Amino acid sequence: MSNNEQQPTPDQPARGDWPGRLAALAGEARDPRLKAFYEAGCVAPETPMSEVPMVAVDFETTGLDPDQHSIVSIGLVPFTLDRISLPGARHWVVRPALPLHQTSVTIHGITHSDIENAPDLGEILGDLLPALAGRIVVVHYRAIERPFFNVAMHWRLKEGIDFPLIDTMAIESHLHPDRNPSRWQRLLGHQPVSIRLADSRQRYHLPHYPGHNALIDAIATAELLQAQIRHHFGPDTPVRDLWL
Amino acid sequence: MQAELIDIRNHLQQHSPFSELPESMLDEVAGSIEIAYFRAGAQILELGQKNTDLHYIRSGAVEVFRRSGELYNRAGEGEIFGQFGLLMGRQVRFPAIAIEDTLVYLIPYPMFQRLFDTQEVFADFVEIEDNNRLRSAVRSSQQGNELMTSRVSRLINRKPVMAPATVRLQEAARIMTEQRVSALPLIEGSGENVGDLVGIITDRDLRTRAVADALPSETPVADIMSRKLITMRSDAFIFEAMLEMLHNNVHHLPVVANGKPVGVIALSDILKYESQNSLYVVSNIYRQQDVKGLKAVSKDVRASFVRMVNEDANSHMIGSAMAGIGRSFTQQLLKLGEEKLGPPPVPYCFLALGSMARDEQLLVTDQDNAMVLDDSFDPEQHDEYFLALAKYVSDGLAECGYTYCTGDIMATNKKWRQPLSVWKSYFIDWIDNPKAEALLNSNIFFDLDGVHGEMSFAETLKELIATRAQNSQRFLAMLARNALNRTPPLGFFRQFVLEENGQERKTFNLKRRGTAPVSDLIRVHALACGSRRQNSFGRLTDIAKTRLLPDDGVDNLRDAMEFIAIVRIRHQALALEEGREPDNNVRPEDLSPFERSHLKEAFQIVSQSQKFLRYRYNATIPR
Repeated sequence: MSNNEQQPTPDQPARGDWPGRLAALAGEARDPRLKAFYEAGCVAPETPMSEVPMVAVDFETTGLDPDQHSIVSIGLVPFTLDRISLPGARHWVVRPALPLHQTSVTIHGITHSDIENAPDLGEILGDLLPALAGRIVVVHYRAIERPFFNVAMHWRLKEGIDFPLIDTMAIESHLHPDRNPSRWQRLLGHQPVSIRLADSRQRYHLPHYPGHNALIDAIATAELLQAQIRHHFGPDTPVRDLWL
Repeated sequence: MQAELIDIRNHLQQHSPFSELPESMLDEVAGSIEIAYFRAGAQILELGQKNTDLHYIRSGAVEVFRRSGELYNRAGEGEIFGQFGLLMGRQVRFPAIAIEDTLVYLIPYPMFQRLFDTQEVFADFVEIEDNNRLRSAVRSSQQGNELMTSRVSRLINRKPVMAPATVRLQEAARIMTEQRVSALPLIEGSGENVGDLVGIITDRDLRTRAVADALPSETPVADIMSRKLITMRSDAFIFEAMLEMLHNNVHHLPVVANGKPVGVIALSDILKYESQNSLYVVSNIYRQQDVKGLKAVSKDVRASFVRMVNEDANSHMIGSAMAGIGRSFTQQLLKLGEEKLGPPPVPYCFLALGSMARDEQLLVTDQDNAMVLDDSFDPEQHDEYFLALAKYVSDGLAECGYTYCTGDIMATNKKWRQPLSVWKSYFIDWIDNPKAEALLNSNIFFDLDGVHGEMSFAETLKELIATRAQNSQRFLAMLARNALNRTPPLGFFRQFVLEENGQERKTFNLKRRGTAPVSDLIRVHALACGSRRQNSFGRLTDIAKTRLLPDDGVDNLRDAMEFIAIVRIRHQALALEEGREPDNNVRPEDLSPFERSHLKEAFQIVSQSQKFLRYRYNATIPR
């Protein structure tokens, strides 16, 4: 879900030391899959972006509230600043705990029959977590993937999940601090700047992808991050400047 | 491939060569892709660097350079680059720079290699340096025309009716009537011992030579038969027979196999293939008794042109047919002129120059002609006649759609209406004392052909040029230099024509920037090897017998010439069908993707050939 323009939720403190936090979480984790995920760790904060292994992730959900809505599908693609690797791309439809809302059916193109035969998220964790392990997760709008994943894990394993991520929407928001013009500016013809995924991509001359699914959105997000770094930061930027 | 990657597969599927691949293969390609983003100005491929991927532009634009730093190509959405390096040691051979923000899909080498090994269309597409694509494009476009795929032997459906050359007129007439043939080949010997073909006699000969002159029926046919024989081999294509008839204005051609006559084909045999045939137009021209009648016939020329294009005739066939028609108008006008003004006071030869002489005439053409007079010509006594005749022909041609030559290269110009000895001195001066500027204007005289009158004058001049030009290095160097004045564009980029220096234009002239540079450079090689032919394809055949051009050079030029010419021809035919006045100016959006990509290849051949020409004849760079 990447279409909402809400402000990001406040972050927890001490996010600079992600390797330390993941090591600590590895010690606490009970589920062996989760433990293995934490033990893979992540790159050091000063690692330049050109050397950071990343994975772009997109969830399609039945709504915006992690406590009320469910994950419907997950798309991911591993990438670096130089290459987005489609052979490593994955896509799952998962069975939501709550009934599928009619509007999200039309958005995602996922039908009730798709979902009836789909596995529960718990059944794919053995594939999903290794695909994320050791990589920095990249999303567009961080209020979706990490919170939804956290709630879903609590539900099933009675323990949550946390990990570093880079939010391409937060980057756009940072680049366009005055994106909502005042009334005076509007009178002078200033247009608001949209930081939605498709609109942000246009500013970097990235193509329009007509399809709408979690995998294409993950690829679109990976491309957007490559473009943002090439235009505004440079390959030597340390990852700690961008991760949240 | 993940089903969710369909957007990526669909994009590939819209572009060559991926559009030709089976869907299952395309799915695998899409699933193998890596994606990379490049900011405008970023170097994508660096010379000598290792390259392991075929690059496909998803969005944006890229410039590809030669080792020397010259622009090689500008590529946009859906186009590929990087293939040369993959084919040759996986090192970058053509560096590439993003000129806009660009998203590239990278197809890894193992997938590239699989496509190359298993998909012929793909291999043909990326193997651009072999010019395979252009060749197969040229070949396949000609498969549809029956005149070009059927052989003369197919038109022969009876044993040949022949007679010994010793028979008398009456006997010949009897045989022709009984056997219902309109032409009778005459041979040496008789019976089982069929000898060589020595002549032919036709209905028309019997009427015009025997009956009209009231010859006794006992006269031997040998006295009136045509001895200058034009024959066809039985394995020649029908269109070749048609070209011979057009060029020589004959209606019957004896066909030989292994040197022995096997039959005769007549104009009517070929007309059965096409009712709007250009031969039909020609035979109609000869029936007209005044300019008004000729003008009426000239309206059929365009219909015949469009028909040939729609029947997939090649450029040689169309060019020859149009030149044959132009030649027939000229001949008939000269005949009518002589009837009006009386017989010529001294022998003369009327010359066709330029495209008509080369048998490469198309629709939008002006008249280029000249007169060679007998050396007994006395201006005071005779020039009034020849000026009047030249003017009659020139005005008549203008009526029939052949506009006056803007450079005044016409027999009406006194300078180009001179005795043979003066013409010889013109050519000797052009060849022995070459001056670039003067040669530029006289280029056209090095494509010449007799149309009417004392044809030996034209042959004498061709002979003089052929023997003299090849020995004058300075002349050849100067001619080569002039041949470099007009260059082809580099290719196309989106809706623009792309120039070598990266400049973009909206339109370009397919004659000036396409066929003319090719025929110019072919002329230089032809003169250097002493060829007496005028047609560019014929000249290439002569050049191929020498070592003037590197291996493949001749075939490549032939393909380039054919392809550029046929696009130009189709462009004119399309204009006619849409009710527009045809011209040579083409906009890239008028071209199909097929034409764009093959034209670009043809331009590259022309450009390489020009570079070779400069080197071979030591021609300094003009400008």
